[in-house]
Amino acid sequence: MDKQILAVCAMDKTKVGGGAPIFYAADQDELSEIAMMISRVFGAAVHDLHNGVLIIVKH
Amino acid sequence: MKYLFTLIIAILGGFLARLYMLRRDYRQYPSYPQGWAIHLFLGFIGGSIGAIIVPALLEGEYSAVSFLLLAASQFREVRNVERQTLSAMESTEMVKRGTAYIEGIARVFEARNYLAIWVALSVAVTSELLVGLGWWRTAVCGVVGVLLTVVLVRLMQGDKISDIATVELTDFRFEGALVVVGETVMMNVGLPDARKVYEERGLAAIIRPNGPNAKATLANLGQMQAIAHDVSSMIGVYMDVGEQEFIPMVRRNPSVGSLHVLMVASEKDEAAFLEAIRRVPVLEGAIRKPLTSAAGKLVD
Repeated sequence: MDKQILAVCAMDKTKVGGGAPIFYAADQDELSEIAMMISRVFGAAVHDLHNGVLIIVKH
Repeated sequence: MKYLFTLIIAILGGFLARLYMLRRDYRQYPSYPQGWAIHLFLGFIGGSIGAIIVPALLEGEYSAVSFLLLAASQFREVRNVERQTLSAMESTEMVKRGTAYIEGIARVFEARNYLAIWVALSVAVTSELLVGLGWWRTAVCGVVGVLLTVVLVRLMQGDKISDIATVELTDFRFEGALVVVGETVMMNVGLPDARKVYEERGLAAIIRPNGPNAKATLANLGQMQAIAHDVSSMIGVYMDVGEQEFIPMVRRNPSVGSLHVLMVASEKDEAAFLEAIRRVPVLEGAIRKPLTSAAGKLVD
C-alpha cells in the first residue's frame, strides 16, 4: 500500500473514529498546529476534509 | 601494419563521435568526471570494434568479424548499468525521475555506443576505399566522420514539449483546501500556512496538446512525472525533505487532454517556469500515435 492515513485531527468527537490515531483540538488554530507537527514528524501531507477534520497522509 | 592508418583514424572517429554526444547540461548526467571517463572508454571500445571490422573483413577473417559483432552485443549491458545506477539514486531525488524517464535515459546511453560504432565503421570503410589518395584520405575521412555524427545525432534527437504542445501560464485558486487549476483539482492542501505559501509563490501552467497524437503522448504517467522532475531540476523547487505539500503536481484534464502543472518554485520567475516546461524532452517510451490506427482516425 503506497498511501496511508497516519493520523486524524479533529475538533468534533462525533465526526471521527476507527483505527488511525486521533488527536482532538479545541479550535481551528490548534487543529492546524497539531496537524503540522505530526506531518513534519512523518514527512507526510495534511489534507482537509472540509468538515473540521484533517488527515495526515503518507504518500 | 598496412591497416594502421585506417585503425587509428576510425577509432579516433568513433571516440570523438562519442565525446560529441556527451553533453553536460542541467541534468549533470553522466556525471563529470567519473561518468565521463566510463562513457568515453565505452566509446573507445565501440570505435575499436567498428574500426577493426573492416580490416578483418578485408583479410577474410570471418571468425574475427563474428567475435566483434558478439562484442558489440555486450553494449546491451550499458543499458542495465545505467538503469541500475539511476534507480539506485532515485531515492535521493526530491522529485522522482520516474521509471519511464530512467528507461529513456538508459536507452539513449546504449544507443550512443552503437552510433559510435557506426561512425567508426564508416570512417574505416572510407579510409580503405581511398587508400591511394595519400593525405587527402585523412581529410575525406574527417568529413565523413563529422557529417555522419551530426546527421545521426540530429536523427536521434527527440521532441521537446514545445514541439507537441503549447505552454501557457494560468491562474490557480483555492476552493477550501483544494487547489484548482481551471476545472482540475490538483491537490488538497490542508495547512493554512502551506496555502499561504502557494498564494505567494505558486506557479501554474497549462500544457495544451497540438493534436490527438500529442494528447495521447501527454497522457502517459511517465511523461507527467518527467515534466515534474525536469522542471524542478531546471528552476529549483521550494521544499524541504518531507514537505509533501510542495511537491510539483502534474495533473490531466480528462475532458480536453491538457496537462496542468502546479509548483512552488524556489524563485517565482514565470518566464523561466514556462521555458523549463517547454524544454522537457518527450520520452521515447511515452510517444503514442493513435492517428496511425483506423480506430484513432475515426475518433478524431
